[in-house]
Amino acid sequence: MTTERMSGATQGAGAVHQYLSFFLGGEEYGADILSVQEIKGWDTITRVPYSPDYILGVINLRGSIVPVVDLRVRFALANAAFDAATVIIVVHVAGTRGERVVGIVVDAVSDVYSVASESIRPPPDIMGSVDHMFVTGLADLDGKLLIILDIERLVESSVLGDGKAAA
Amino acid sequence: MSVDLEMEEILKVFFEESFEGLDTMESRLLTLGDGADRETINTIFRAAHSIKGGAGTFGFMEISEFTHSVETLLDEMRNGARGVTPDALQVLLQSVDVIRDMAQSAQAKRPIVMTGAKALSGELTRILAQKVPPAAAQTPSAAASDAAPAGASTLRASAQNAAATSVGQPKRDNAAANMSSTGPLEGWRIVFAPDVSLFKTCNDPMRILDELANLGPLEVTANVDALPLLSDLDPTQCHLSWTLSLRAAVEHARVAEVFDWVDANSKIVYEPIYASSNLSPVAPPPADPTQAAVQRTAGPSDLQVAAPNAAKSGGESGSLRVATEKIDALINLVGELVITQSMLCRFSEKYEPADVESLRRSIAQLTRNTRELQESVMQIRMLPIGFSFNRFPRLVHDLSRKLGKRVELKLSGENTELDKTVLEKIGDPLVHLVRNALDHGLESPEQRLAAGKSETGTLELNAFHEGGSIIIEVKDDGAGLRKDRILAKARERGLVDSDALLSDEQIYNLIFVAGFSTADAVSDVSGRGVGMDVVRRNINDLGGHVQIFSVQGQGSTIRIRLPLTLAILDGQVLRVGKEIYIASLVSIIETVQSTRENLSCVAGRTELFKHRADYLPVVRLHDLFGIEPDSRDITDGLLVVLEADGRRVAMLVDELLAQQQVVIKSLEANFKQVPGLAGATIHGDGTVALILDVPGLIRTFLERQTAHIGRAA
Repeated sequence: MTTERMSGATQGAGAVHQYLSFFLGGEEYGADILSVQEIKGWDTITRVPYSPDYILGVINLRGSIVPVVDLRVRFALANAAFDAATVIIVVHVAGTRGERVVGIVVDAVSDVYSVASESIRPPPDIMGSVDHMFVTGLADLDGKLLIILDIERLVESSVLGDGKAAA
Repeated sequence: MSVDLEMEEILKVFFEESFEGLDTMESRLLTLGDGADRETINTIFRAAHSIKGGAGTFGFMEISEFTHSVETLLDEMRNGARGVTPDALQVLLQSVDVIRDMAQSAQAKRPIVMTGAKALSGELTRILAQKVPPAAAQTPSAAASDAAPAGASTLRASAQNAAATSVGQPKRDNAAANMSSTGPLEGWRIVFAPDVSLFKTCNDPMRILDELANLGPLEVTANVDALPLLSDLDPTQCHLSWTLSLRAAVEHARVAEVFDWVDANSKIVYEPIYASSNLSPVAPPPADPTQAAVQRTAGPSDLQVAAPNAAKSGGESGSLRVATEKIDALINLVGELVITQSMLCRFSEKYEPADVESLRRSIAQLTRNTRELQESVMQIRMLPIGFSFNRFPRLVHDLSRKLGKRVELKLSGENTELDKTVLEKIGDPLVHLVRNALDHGLESPEQRLAAGKSETGTLELNAFHEGGSIIIEVKDDGAGLRKDRILAKARERGLVDSDALLSDEQIYNLIFVAGFSTADAVSDVSGRGVGMDVVRRNINDLGGHVQIFSVQGQGSTIRIRLPLTLAILDGQVLRVGKEIYIASLVSIIETVQSTRENLSCVAGRTELFKHRADYLPVVRLHDLFGIEPDSRDITDGLLVVLEADGRRVAMLVDELLAQQQVVIKSLEANFKQVPGLAGATIHGDGTVALILDVPGLIRTFLERQTAHIGRAA
């Protein structure tokens, strides 16, 4: 799963970042690997009242209470089924109120890519269902598109999002 | 590097011991007022001596020198060469404050401000210069005082005199000035050293200076010593301090008012300027420093009282002093645990079915060990509430002088233990309650006599355990709360409908509403209506609640109920549909199954449950939290009667499960605060269960009710 390879687009000089890629509704997304803490199988989630629908609830991660965001629901993807490949990626982000650990539910984890920063293109203004403010850029990996997410901003806005909007 | 670190460690111990020593000095000095006891003077002397020695060793010469003169005075008292006069006691108490200020500056690695120390040194020198015969505790001022009430002893006379001087109220200014043979008030010298965070509190020093200039001719000298290099300068911080001389004979209150909004961390020293003092800093007449020093303590009490407390609570959170017995108990328990563990290990090597009984025994022992270990570890965090009570003798002493009231403070249950975090957070609310009781509760001696009570009021602070909680009571035998006035004020402010019928408890609870005050005059002690709401919020944040009992003319009791610890909660596990919640046992009055006769409905919406003589609104937890319940019929489920903030509701749940102690985990650390929830905990099977925040739940419920009514209207 974590076979590492350099894509054709990363030949130039400059910083190379590694991204963990995962699938959401058939598209491949990438998250900065430095913000990924671990990948976890499915677990019992306790629902929290007054939370938006994309907050599935909280889990017990070795004694700390960690909220779980379903990115498929967050991005309003049609099919948010749970199967054997569905996993929780545990990320830690430096939020406005200090370090925060959050789980995100994705369809499947795919690979780890090294991408040079100059090969990342800015996202176009219109990005369909994914709000472009959460997209850092688009990377072309030998003809395959990787949508790189601003995990920090995404998590922060999801977790602190107003629960009343969904109620 | 490591030497530096070691030095830091030693310094830390020095400061800790110094503050402890100062606390000892303070509390003992206060007991000295009742009669000079040699051993007590010795204790005070020893504390001062160690501070002096330590300060000298670490190169805090300012502290060491000042403490030296204090020590000299104490030494003379100790030898019996000098009697203990109230005058000297007052100076010694102020010296404790000054030393504490200096030590705090030194601890924070700030330059030590000598203003207070200089003023007091003059005073100390004056006292030392007086050759007083030891037994007859006469001071010149006492002898000169004609104002002493007839029949009062000389001691009391001088105490009164000191009180009059220290009160420093505008109307007495002249009298005080005349007594100490200085001219009339000419103006004020003010040292204004704001905290670096001044700008953050939306204060503009320019405005303050302009305001002062409106009162009269103002000379301003800015002190730029604390200014950092331009490269290090943070423009959002205030590094300046000012020395102001205001040449206008205005009242102290007028000057203090200008600084009203400056926060408590700022230092403001007011020195009155008298005509005869000629404003010359060189060799001021001996009486001037008295005024200066005295005025310092008589400044706005908010600043004086709040600042040391803030510093204290900030400094306390770092380390914990634990009694050796507690550690020993822990070591014993760990020893037992190791033995149990080795017993259990034996089974993993060789297990025979016949061993089942001894395996079971070992596991039972393990369970017991774990529980005892948990209790002992919790014990480490437990501190006697005396740590919090200790500050009150001084506070009451100062405040009663200032207010001209006679108060006897009774402390009991100082050894009642509670969690360190709770202890630290309860300090400020208690200070507030005590100040309120002194200012509003207790009457002046004249009023008390007129009401047929003894001249001296009693203020009791009492702590004891009840169930899994600690109860703290602040009790005074003053005037009590005036229900009619509270109600009238609440109606005037539109907090209560004019025709609403309220129970006593509901009326008393009105004083917790933000901005509520029935005080006719706002004093600088209390009466602005700020505070009681904060008190209640702080206590609620700790998972406790406040109750007020009051009998008009006989006094009031404020009763605070707090959980012993914030880490563990005695919980009742509840089930609604498929979801599990935990409610704190403290907030549960009882649980009942309702019959249809006990239920009624108001306006087709608000359901009421008749519980004994009360009608309680029914809170459907499933509606509130959006859960699919087993049944929506109230008679099928159970009604849990909950109480918080003096309000009761009946919460509908499907089933009661176990009662158990749960470890409280923060929901906010990774997530956010959720209305109605106090936190989360982890079950034996590893799943998360949410803990209900009962006061928050009731608030959410009421908000929803009001929203419904709003929509219907």
